Amino acid sequence: MTYNILIQLRQELALALLIFILLFIKLGKDRSNESILNFINAVLVINLAAGFCCHETGELFNGMFNTNALIVFEKNLLNLALLIISMQSYAWLKESKNVIEFYILTLTSLLGMFFMISSGNLLMFYLGLEMSTIPLAAAANFDITKRKSSEAAMKLILSSAFSSAILLMGISFLYGTTGTLTFSILTAHINGNPIQLFAFILLISGFAFKISAVPFHLWTADVYEGAPVAVTSFLSVISKAAVLFTLVNLLYKVFTPIATTWYLVLVVLAAATILIGNLFALRQDSFKRFLAFSSIAQVGFILIGISGSSQAGSASLIYFILIYIFSNLAAFGVVSVVSALTGKEKISDFKGFYKTNPMLSWVLTIALFSLAGVPPTAGFFGKLFLMMAGAAKGNYGIIIFAALNMVVSFYYYLKVVKSIFMDENEAPIQKLEVPAISKIAMYICVAGVIVTGLASVVYDYIYSLSFGL
Amino acid sequence: MNLTLLILVPFITAVLILLARGLQQIRVIGLIGSLIQLGLAGWLLKSFLAARAAGNNAAHLFESNQTWFKALHINYHIGIDGIALAMILLTSVIVVAGILVSWTMDKLSKEYFFLLVLLSMGAYGFFISLDLFTLFFFLEVAVIPKFLLIGIWGSGDKTKSAMKLALMLMAGSALVMVGLFGIYYNTHTFDMVQITQQGIPVGVQKFFFPFAFLGFGVFAALFPFHTWVPDGHASAPTAASMFLAGISMKLGGYGCLRIAALMPDAAHTYSWIIILLATIAIIYGAFATMMQTDLKYINAYSSISHCGFVILGIGMLNKTSINGAVIQMVSHGLMTALFFAAIGMIYSRTHTRMVAQLGGLLKAMPFISTVFVIAGLCSLGLPGFSGFVAEMTVFMGSWQNPDGAYRLATILSGASIVVTAVYILRATGRAIMGPISAEHALLSDATWNEKLAAVLLIAGILVIGLAPFLINHLIMPSTDAIMLQVGKVTLIK
Repeated sequence: MTYNILIQLRQELALALLIFILLFIKLGKDRSNESILNFINAVLVINLAAGFCCHETGELFNGMFNTNALIVFEKNLLNLALLIISMQSYAWLKESKNVIEFYILTLTSLLGMFFMISSGNLLMFYLGLEMSTIPLAAAANFDITKRKSSEAAMKLILSSAFSSAILLMGISFLYGTTGTLTFSILTAHINGNPIQLFAFILLISGFAFKISAVPFHLWTADVYEGAPVAVTSFLSVISKAAVLFTLVNLLYKVFTPIATTWYLVLVVLAAATILIGNLFALRQDSFKRFLAFSSIAQVGFILIGISGSSQAGSASLIYFILIYIFSNLAAFGVVSVVSALTGKEKISDFKGFYKTNPMLSWVLTIALFSLAGVPPTAGFFGKLFLMMAGAAKGNYGIIIFAALNMVVSFYYYLKVVKSIFMDENEAPIQKLEVPAISKIAMYICVAGVIVTGLASVVYDYIYSLSFGL
Repeated sequence: MNLTLLILVPFITAVLILLARGLQQIRVIGLIGSLIQLGLAGWLLKSFLAARAAGNNAAHLFESNQTWFKALHINYHIGIDGIALAMILLTSVIVVAGILVSWTMDKLSKEYFFLLVLLSMGAYGFFISLDLFTLFFFLEVAVIPKFLLIGIWGSGDKTKSAMKLALMLMAGSALVMVGLFGIYYNTHTFDMVQITQQGIPVGVQKFFFPFAFLGFGVFAALFPFHTWVPDGHASAPTAASMFLAGISMKLGGYGCLRIAALMPDAAHTYSWIIILLATIAIIYGAFATMMQTDLKYINAYSSISHCGFVILGIGMLNKTSINGAVIQMVSHGLMTALFFAAIGMIYSRTHTRMVAQLGGLLKAMPFISTVFVIAGLCSLGLPGFSGFVAEMTVFMGSWQNPDGAYRLATILSGASIVVTAVYILRATGRAIMGPISAEHALLSDATWNEKLAAVLLIAGILVIGLAPFLINHLIMPSTDAIMLQVGKVTLIK
């Protein structure tokens, strides 16, 4: 039994251990930021590698905690994303006074997400969710001297509290009508009566808040803009991915009896999310706001994939998240380096960027093309497979709508590329000295963006792990 | 022989270009790479003809089928028939010419040649694909290089043109994507050979044909989706214009042809719309050209008109007309590339493309002027050049259709040739003949690289123009195979 816990909980235990080590380092004598950062990055690499070592299927604590090959893989993806973010924020964290706090907060949040993904019970799920959200609010406030940062933290904590309340209300309704919170038992008791449907709507609204689907997206842009870039990328990639993993688990495994209902809900959410996300992304000049709205639109495409409710549906979601990690983090990586070294965060600042920083420009361009879904980048495959999964339902209205919206999104990504390559600027961003470790992170992202798509083994592996309705 | 080489060679060339240092190394690598491509294409032609002569009547030769995405039944399935081979030959000739013409490109030359080679890779991949997914993949691969080529190295209102072109082409491919999904979910495969064998239900064809056909139509400048053509071509640097009109627009025509063969019922149902749009494009393009004063705009608008013949030939759905459409694709590719090359040479010397500001160029640069005149004569369909063969075949095919409205479309399209003659001769007369201005009198004639590029393209035009049986011999069996598909339906009717 003890051995079982050690094996099945090993990713969580590793994170918890790391958090404790960091606390002790903090208590001990002062060390230079560089040595701490190098140590943490090394540990994160080991943590990621250890995650891949083995996977087993099982459950702990009476089904509260589940694990299987897919869940282990999902957690590895999040570990990978955290590692990349950590490497990219090197320049920013080096100057910070509170390096260790940053890692404690993000690691705690990640730990919460792990429990959430593994949850086999709505209570456990809720615990994990809260554990992942609250540290993030503190992290959003990390630039303590900046007003915008505090504002972002306030908005994040208020909107999360609100969405958590809605979620909790849905959970309690569900408990009221079924008498259980355990996923495996819940399915048999769901019959689609009005209270359950209401509970489901509350639940999905809570989720929509977390993944910033329209009409629950209003907090996103402000929080993304105000928070430090590292936290923004954490929010936009890791926390969204974790919630989406859980959502697909719930929809495909628990709410199967009302699949036709949630299909409709997803399609409506997806259409609204894509449209609004795109329309707002069109006119942004702040790079972080731009990425915020574009990531809203991406969530819309993800929802279309999920609505396919097949094995291809969940596979394409996880595949897309992997690609999204690489492409979005590559974009955020460049923005974070530029912001840390020059303080510039506007798209118009990037005019003429190619003349001074060709390497960073290509990284950013490839990332944007991947986000736009242009081959040969992986984003093309990711988006195409999401749409294919959605098209399996035979509802071509939404597919046509999404396809046309892809063109709109293409426009705003191209606008950024245009600024980088084609626009003249008298005072472009000067040539930047990118820290080696951030460079490596960017190269990893670019390699990921190219390889993940063309090498079909990645998709086939994910497909073999996935499950359908 | 392995067709993947056609993708690998450009890929390796592109990588080597990235590693190279200095303009000299870059352009030499680019040229060698493109010459290897040309050699490969020639060798392919030789082995193709040898295999056919040996009695190998398989629909596609050099086939290779490998699983790509197993879970989704997506295969990397490649193979060529005569039509694809003609397109590959066209591509390889234009790539060599394009690289030669860009010999002195010194602004960001590494990126420039890299993108040109990438564009050619997309085109090769497109033409060898027998799987709709790979076809679509390569179609989109070819879009981004165009955007960057026009936006960075272009002239005039380049960013707007680049944006317009990229967005319209992307919209086209979004439509294609919807059409492909429709096919996939009703046949459970992307494989064109399999789809041809098992057929697509008629209802499905009728719903999804417009998406796929119009989508490819955007690439082929089908009216009313032609608006990216003039701006895009006019703003693009010379080699990019050549690639754009010579290769990229052919992706659209080729795609339309394949879609019509895959969905013959729908093609018959909608053929009157296709012909209507094509006729409008032909006439509108011709008259719009008359109003242009910029040489590049003249050629761009006339491209709309000429590509209309491709669509017209496909829309008529009979053997001769489809043959004509394919010849027209090759012919227009060569001719328009030659035209853009000549315009580029003139522009790089005189720094103007306005017809009114030019004159008497024949005196200062006889070679370039001759090239210009040849391209013009080919464009207006003078016998002996490829344009005549192509357009004549399309007309002969479309006249076979006894329906009155179809006859009318043929007559109207035929009349457009007169208009073509007007604008070509007028531009030639003003720019090439007449008195030369003092500042232009001292300009130098073509350099060796420009001469080589022009000779290569002219050779292609003359081969088709003087010995049309050669290309007919190449593509005829493939059009027969397409007609077998399309004909099935006619019999049922």
